[in-house]
Amino acid sequence: MMPIKPKLRIATTSLAGCFGCHMSFLDMDERLEKLLEQVEFDRSPFTDIKQCGPCDIGLIEGGVCNVENVQVLREFRAQCTTLIAVGACAINGGVPALRNYFEMQDCLNEVYLSGIGVINPKIPNDMELPLLLDKVYPVNEVVLIDYYLPGCPPSADDFLQLLEPLLTGQSPILSKIHLRYD
Amino acid sequence: MPGRSINKAMLRTLWINMMTISSSTIRIDEQEIFFEAGQTIMDAAMAANIYIPHLCHYPGLPPSGNCRLCVVGIGNRSVAACITPACAGQEIRNNTAELNEVRKVVTQMLFIEGNHICPTCEKTGNCKLQAIAYFLGMLHDHFPQFYPHRELDASHPHILLDRSRCILCDLCVRASREIDRKNVFAIAGRGIQAHLIVNSPSGKLVDSTIKVTDVATTICPVGAILIKEQGYQTPIGQRIYDQRTIRETAQQEYVSAKAKNDAD
Repeated sequence: MMPIKPKLRIATTSLAGCFGCHMSFLDMDERLEKLLEQVEFDRSPFTDIKQCGPCDIGLIEGGVCNVENVQVLREFRAQCTTLIAVGACAINGGVPALRNYFEMQDCLNEVYLSGIGVINPKIPNDMELPLLLDKVYPVNEVVLIDYYLPGCPPSADDFLQLLEPLLTGQSPILSKIHLRYD
Repeated sequence: MPGRSINKAMLRTLWINMMTISSSTIRIDEQEIFFEAGQTIMDAAMAANIYIPHLCHYPGLPPSGNCRLCVVGIGNRSVAACITPACAGQEIRNNTAELNEVRKVVTQMLFIEGNHICPTCEKTGNCKLQAIAYFLGMLHDHFPQFYPHRELDASHPHILLDRSRCILCDLCVRASREIDRKNVFAIAGRGIQAHLIVNSPSGKLVDSTIKVTDVATTICPVGAILIKEQGYQTPIGQRIYDQRTIRETAQQEYVSAKAKNDAD
């Protein structure tokens, strides 16, 4: 009897991102079924598991904008053998990093106090809210990253091109023809 | 004897021809190419359809050697091909894995020094900095981001100047001076303080003599100088570098510049 090959465990998360990369991942459509014969999901918006267990692959969408992002990213680094930065925001901060050109206090004032249409002006300070960082950082400035998948978002084909070699223990190489930052 | 003297003259002519041939060729990656006196390595390479990656060079404009992407190897020296004169017998390394890796690192430094958030930039897909990064297979920026604060000039009704995307190639400076004959732009400051300045009493574009039709307005390789009110007319995915590599467009640029030069 053939031994049953254990499935690779994949964890995914969106930090300071828009979940667009996750949506693009789902664009694999019927190819997801074949992929799920070889992988299973740990912590991910697809499973709603809240804590990341030991995994083979971690996919990180989004940059690092608050303290909770730092904690989640470090948890992923500790639990995942291979950690991959997915999409423009994870790689260089992306759209959320546009706030880096302004002081954080000015941003908060504009959004919650002085902005057009603000009713009951007050900067939220609930204990549940994670503290913001001074800037939005790319993930590789916080933890070691093994591979990068650029794109806004990367296409489903890009995800497969990256994952398929990893499933067989090979190093993925993204073809230059597929390379896009937008 | 007349026959002998003719032979001697022929031999002499042949000798001179051989000397001229050997004294006007260089070798780039084992390929021997001719050059004309006064040509740079870049000029000779472009005429021979050899691509040396570059950003701040444009055929027909004087070179300035500031982006350093055209770095090539001669012996144990690294030189910028756009400002190094071609000399007889040069053995030049160009398209090697080592040099392309160096070029990728230079590109990464250009990215982190400015604010190059491609998904938010109208130039995406038409941007040469992005295209050279695609060409060199750059997957990430490697170095910590600077996220610099740089002044935006939206004063002109038709032209936008966003210095946060400027890579200081000074193509607009040269195009304004050499082609438009206006001197609208200059680079001021040193090192990380270097920035583009506008030649007008207020320092704003609106008070300068720049026009939408100027070469300086359209030559910007990145999204630092943009023409207003025509954003996203070509959808993302159908733009220049969505279809072609920068290697192909560089050759087209050379061919059209040469045709224009020949016509003049």
